[in-house]
Order: sequence, then C-alpha cells, then structure tokens
Amino acid sequence: MTNSIKEIEGTDLMFVTGSNTTENHPVIATKMRRAIKKGAKLIVADPRKIELADDADVFLQIRPGTNTALFNGLMHVIIKEGLEDKNYIENRCENYEALKELVKDYTPEKVAEICNINSKDLIKAAKLYAKANKASIFYAMGITQHTTGTYSVMAIANLANLCGNIGIESGGVNPLRGQNNVQGACDMGALPNVYPGYQKVEDSEVNKKFEKAWESKLSDKVGLTIPEMLDSADNGDVRFLYVMGENPMISDPDTNHVEKVLNETEFLVVQDIFLTETAELADVVLPAAAFAEKDGTFTNTERRIQRIRKAIDAPGEAKPDWLIIMEIMNSIGYDKKYNNPAEVMEEIASVTPQYGGISYDRLALKVDGLGLQWPCPTNTHQGTKYLHKGNHARGKGLFLPHDHSDSKELPDKEFPLIMTNGRVLYHYHTRSMTGRVKGLNEKAPESYIEVNPSTASKLNIVNNEKVKVISRRGEIKTKVKITDIVAPNVVFIPFHYKEGSANVLTNPALDKIAKIPEYKSCTVRIEKL
Amino acid sequence: MVNVIINGHKMNVPKDYTILKACDDLGIHIPTLCHDERIDPHAACRLCIVEIEGMDELPTSCSTKVKDGMKIKTHSNRVRKARKDILSLIVANHPLDCIMCDNSGNCKLQEYCYEYGISEVEFKGEKKNYKTDYSNPFYYSDQNKCINCGKCVRICNELQCVGAIGFNERGFKTHIGAPFDMELNESECVSCGNCVSVCPVGALMPKIKERIRYEELKEVRTTCPYCGVGCQMDLLVLDGKIVDVKPADGPSNENLLCVKGRFGFKFLDHPDRLKKPLIKRDGKFVETSWEEAYKIIAKNIKKIKNENGPDAFAGFSSARCSTEENYLFQKLFRAALGTNNVDHCARL
Ligand code: SF4
Ligand code: SF4
Repeated sequence: MTNSIKEIEGTDLMFVTGSNTTENHPVIATKMRRAIKKGAKLIVADPRKIELADDADVFLQIRPGTNTALFNGLMHVIIKEGLEDKNYIENRCENYEALKELVKDYTPEKVAEICNINSKDLIKAAKLYAKANKASIFYAMGITQHTTGTYSVMAIANLANLCGNIGIESGGVNPLRGQNNVQGACDMGALPNVYPGYQKVEDSEVNKKFEKAWESKLSDKVGLTIPEMLDSADNGDVRFLYVMGENPMISDPDTNHVEKVLNETEFLVVQDIFLTETAELADVVLPAAAFAEKDGTFTNTERRIQRIRKAIDAPGEAKPDWLIIMEIMNSIGYDKKYNNPAEVMEEIASVTPQYGGISYDRLALKVDGLGLQWPCPTNTHQGTKYLHKGNHARGKGLFLPHDHSDSKELPDKEFPLIMTNGRVLYHYHTRSMTGRVKGLNEKAPESYIEVNPSTASKLNIVNNEKVKVISRRGEIKTKVKITDIVAPNVVFIPFHYKEGSANVLTNPALDKIAKIPEYKSCTVRIEKL
Repeated sequence: MVNVIINGHKMNVPKDYTILKACDDLGIHIPTLCHDERIDPHAACRLCIVEIEGMDELPTSCSTKVKDGMKIKTHSNRVRKARKDILSLIVANHPLDCIMCDNSGNCKLQEYCYEYGISEVEFKGEKKNYKTDYSNPFYYSDQNKCINCGKCVRICNELQCVGAIGFNERGFKTHIGAPFDMELNESECVSCGNCVSVCPVGALMPKIKERIRYEELKEVRTTCPYCGVGCQMDLLVLDGKIVDVKPADGPSNENLLCVKGRFGFKFLDHPDRLKKPLIKRDGKFVETSWEEAYKIIAKNIKKIKNENGPDAFAGFSSARCSTEENYLFQKLFRAALGTNNVDHCARL
C-alpha cells in the first residue's frame, strides 16, 4: 500500500476493485464502512456483487478479465470532461501524451460493451473519482491474477496519477496483500530476480555488495519463478525442490500437473506444521514451529514491521523455520550462526536500505509497540506513513498506458461459462490451519459453485445439487449454490478445498511480466451428475 | 490545556478531554461498565459519576468535558454511596452464581461489587429467565447475565459495522439479540467476536473448553498469522496452551479482529501437528532424527550440486513465515547453494 490503513477513515472516496474486502481483509473493510458512515463515497468494480457493493454509490459488475479496459475507459471520461489534475500531471508526471492518445479509443460505449456494464455507470464512476479531493484505490488478486494483471496494475497507477492521488494522505494505490507476510517475503528477496530490498541480482555493484556481506560467490543470473520451477522440475533440470510453508498442491493452478511434477522430482523437502497435500509427496518432511511458538516479525500490507512473540512451546521436536534453515546451511558447509531472530534482523538491516533502521530493540512493546513502516533507513527514522510524498520515488510519475486484451480463455460452445475463484471469510488459503479449527469448518464446511438463477434454470440444476464442473484441464464435483452474486455467464468457486478444488480447473497461463497465473478467469461447463 | 483540581491535586490536562479520560491518564481509576475509548460516550451505566464543586447532581465523567478551574472529587463519600446504589440495582436482577460463571475473575461487575462492598443483595429484584443461545460455534449469549450496557450493540454497529445485534423489547425485558430473537448463528453475525471481547460481564462469552484461572493467565502480544492487515492481538496462555485471544490496540486494527484472528488458533494444538522429521522409505513415511534428516538432505545436495551445478536447486519460500525466515531461506539458496531459483507464492 502506498498509504496506511488508518488513513482510510479520512478518505473522500474509495474505489475497491478486484478485492472482496469484507471476507479477505475484514478489519480493513470495517474501516471502509466507517469511512462511508462519515460520508466517503464508494465505487466497487468486481465480477461478483460482493457485500461492499451494497454500500456503493456505483457498482460496476464487470466481466472477469476486463480490468484494463475499465480503467482506460474511466480515464477516457475524465480527460474528455477535463477533470484531470493538470497541475499535478505537469509538475509530477511524464509520458502523459501517450496516455491521452491510448485512452482516446476507450469510449464509454466501447468499454461498456467489453466489460458488460452500463456506460452511464462508467461515466458516473469516472466523475465521482475525479471530483473527490482525496481518492484512494484498493485492489487485490482480482486485478493481478490475470494474464493482463501487470497492465491493469499500471492502469490503476495511471488513473491515480491522472487525478493527483499519489503522494497524498488518505489517497494512493493500495494493493491489499492476502497473506500475513507476503510483503516481508517480497521485501526479503524471496523472489528470483532481487536480493533483499528489491536490489537486482543482475546489477554487478549489488552483486559485489552481497558477495562481500555473505562471503560467498553469487549468481547474477535471474532465477526461476514457481511456475517455471515446476516446468524445470518436469523436464529434469531442477532435481531438488525445497518447499517451506507452502502447499502448491492446492494453491497452484492446474493441480494435476503440479502433482505429477512433485511426484517425479528427484528430491523433495517439505517443511511445514502439518502433513499437507504437498508434504505427502515429499522425500523428507521437516516439522516446523507455528507463529505462536517462535519470535520474529511480519510485515503487513501497509509496510509495517511488527513483532510476533513466542507464547508456547512447539510440539514434539518441531523447530522454528529460521533454526532449521540455519542448521541446513551449516550442514552443507556455510558456517554463519545466529542465536536468535533478532540477530538475523541485524543482518537484514545492514544489507536492506528500507529496513536500515529496524531492530528488535526499537520494535519492543515499551519502545514502539506499534511497529515501524518501511522505508525506515536509519535507527532514528520514524518510518514512512505514505509513499511518494512531494515527489514520486523514481522522480516523475510515469504514465504507462496499455491496451486491453482478452483473457486467454473465452467462453465458447464447449466451455460457455467464465469461472472465477477466491476465498471465503472463514477459511484461509489452503485450509491447512483453518481446516483444523472446528468452528470454522462448521461455518464453511465444503466447496461449492455459485451459479446465477437464470443459468441454473437453463441447466436444470437446483440448490445443493452435486454437479460436475469441467475445464480443459480437469474436472471436479461440487455443490451448487444458486445466487445472483454472480452474473449469468459467470461462476465462482472458493479455492480452499481439496475436495472440489478450484485449481483443478484454473488456467496456468501466465502474465508475461509478473508471471502470475490467470486464476481469476478460465472457462468451464457444468454437467449434471 | 486547562487547570483542574482532582481530589485536591492541581492538574494540567488537554481541554478537549473528558473527566474520565483526564483521570485515566493521571492513573485515577473510575469504575465504568459501558465506556469504550473508540466510541462516543453513552453514559448508560452511570457508574462513572463524579462530584463537581458547585453542581447539585453527580455528572457522568465519561460524557463531561473538563473546564478550567473545575474542582472534581472522584471518590467522595457521596460518590461512593451513589455508585454502591447503582451497583446494587444492577445486581438485583443479576444471577448470583458467580462461582459457576465462566467469567469469574474477569468480570467487571464482580470486581466493582467487591470494591464497593456489595456482599448481599440489598434490592431483591426479579431475575431474568432467557435460554442461553449456544448456536454460534465460537461464542454464546446468556442474556440472564446481561446488564444492558449496550457496548456490544454499539461495537457491532459503529465499529464492526455489521449491525447484527440490537436491543430487543423494552423495560425490564430489554435484552440483546439478533432481530426477532433469531438464533445468532442464523443472523448477519460474522463471528468476529468483537462484541464478546468488550462484554464487561459474562453475557457474551467465548466457548472455551478449559476453565480459566484468570489470575494465572499470561498475555503475549503478537501479530495475527492470517491476512495482511497485521492485526495485533494478545495470546492468552494457561498451562502452556493458548486458551483464548484478545484483540489489542494495534495501528491497523485498533482493538478489532475478524473471526480468523479471534477464533482461528485451535490448529496449534491439533493432534495432526508434525512432531518429528519424517523420511519416506518404500513409499511410507517413517520418523527419524533431525541429525539423520539433515544428513540425507546434505548428501543429496552434494550429489546433485556435483552433477548438475547450483541451478538444479529450487526453493519455495513462504509468505506465511517470518521476515527473518524468508531472509535466511533466500540466503540459503543464494549464498550457500549459488542459485537465484527462489520464489514464494506472492502471485497466488
Ligand atoms: S460477533 Fe461481531 S458481527 Fe457478531 S454480533 Fe458480535 S460484533 Fe456483531
Ligand atoms: S484478524 Fe482478520 S483481518 Fe486481522 S490480520 Fe487476522 S485475518 Fe486479517
């Protein structure tokens, strides 16, 4: 997030798109609703009529995979009406002419057609957004998990820049990160192209710095992303896979392919708190401590580094992940030792500019129990509430216009429905934790497919009926839930469950830049059993 | 800033403060059953009354702002007597099976009755007779114990913004519930438990198997392990086990949690937890020692590195693990194995 969660209550307008906030970031949703009570406007754009849509001033029920067209259309209207922030663009941005040129073609009529919405609603949303003093955009995987995800993210930034909403309090572009520490994992360079602090592995200066800090020869070749790792394991180039705390058997697209690859990988190590579906396929399984059984930090979606603290002992011989990794390092001849996570954080601060001022002493309850938001470069820096204040981090805000392109799979005779997926309030990701909490299972016991009433009657299926759902990659059985949350040509399946797993069906086609699979849009058909 | 005299001491306090807040900051404890910092004062329980020189009645300190020159007495005989009367009236309708109550030791009413010396029931009132609603998997509602402070209703409406519960009926019959007294589990309730956390008595209670000895509870501040909001919470530990979770005042959550953070901790002591390293022999897992597991891993690493070089290794790091662990994981791959083949499910 460019801005902070607390700033939500001060915003004039929220544009929520590709995020079912009430179920996936519930506490942020409570802040949004409080902002609405105080008079903030709300625009929601989503393929599903999510709960927040009820509170919206404009709700755009778009066809999955048409986000870029929608944003381009909004910008078309804003520029046509002369509502752009001319001063801001002039002083703080560049490449504006190219944007203007590209969005010229995205007339409300054309966009309404692509997105399957009403052009009047589009115009209304554009005016609302542009006229708000402090407008904030919130998005999540509904934007990024498309083959056009990166372009949509750029289009969102374009829209925010167009109206001068970046670098201001209670505005900004705010991706809501799904997992507790996805921000921290990215910050630490658990990515194939960057070291901690987003320092590029190909940069020879950077490389030298880390070779010195880590006393080791380092590769300057960009590594493989997860989908590429799986492909490389499939063809035998990757022979050793080490999976820590992830469950690709449920979370990755095209489960059948994943299972085959993991089964055939020569040596698979899985480290987790449970024997997950992925761990079942491992050669060695290492028992890990859970969050309450160790010390450490998580970095939340607003870049805030906060402590976790050991409250209880891990069961049996389970050990904290950091200790296991260190012992493996040591066992293969890399001798660096750490006595505790605080010492690891010291090293992080020494090589990661954004974390330069972070230490356990400063995160202590009595000192700053509130955590610190990076960038926090020095040990006297108070952290950064919102980014790009006064200037964009890169100097000028760069408009990066791109055209809309269709999802890789479009409905046809054989597969006439667009399937999208997501989470429900009561479960988390692959359910390895929430699936073992009785009450949560009682609340949300099993997989289902949301089907619009008109589609259901055409297919002659009824509520709770078990049906077969088939895509080009596989088929599952699941229960029908008839609801007008989804449009007639769209269906939705939560991806948490092993039985009736949405990811048996999803399309692994990747966004070329971010390498994110197109989870949120593939085509299926429903058959009666 | 204004000058006030509290219990004979001159104090300097911000002028927009209420008397209650000013006293709280100065460490003077005024009892209240209905007050919550996050919502506007309600003056429902009236326990926070104080005496102000020159005023006949006793105003509620939660809803009265400080004024320059104000002389306040927080615990005068008159105030104490009035508080005692209020408490007696509440207790008159309250069941007196404190020893049996799950909230014993954590109950504000119990605490204040003790403090104000209410030992026997001075006003014999009618007791309520509601059926306890156990329908929700995480908490129950026993309206016989409810004192109608209204905190839960206001938290649900004004902070959680769900509005699942409200006041049903009037007068003596007033009680808290979902519309038309439908079962809570059938209502709009999203099981966030934020109402439960603020209930000052034992009317809204988490379903906990263990009998809690509150004086032995240890609280450990931590960050919720689920989504990226990073809510702060206190784990309540008894006999080496987590028995409950309390929302804490973190910058992103300000004492709120969702159902996962509040009630989703039971996986921790689930019997399925992995307790020993496992290796697969003939398609079956067998338990092994850490030493042995490390040996096998190191042996395979050595062999594969010799045959194919560093790029034959690849690692999935984890957005569930700590920042320090992610740092070490990528360092293992980069510095110890020599490859950049490391990624995590940021994309998923
Ligand atoms: S649990 Fe949450 S939603 Fe349910 S009644 Fe209480 S505050 Fe409202
Ligand atoms: S309590 Fe709920 S909203 Fe808060 S971090 Fe946990 S899962 Fe997210």
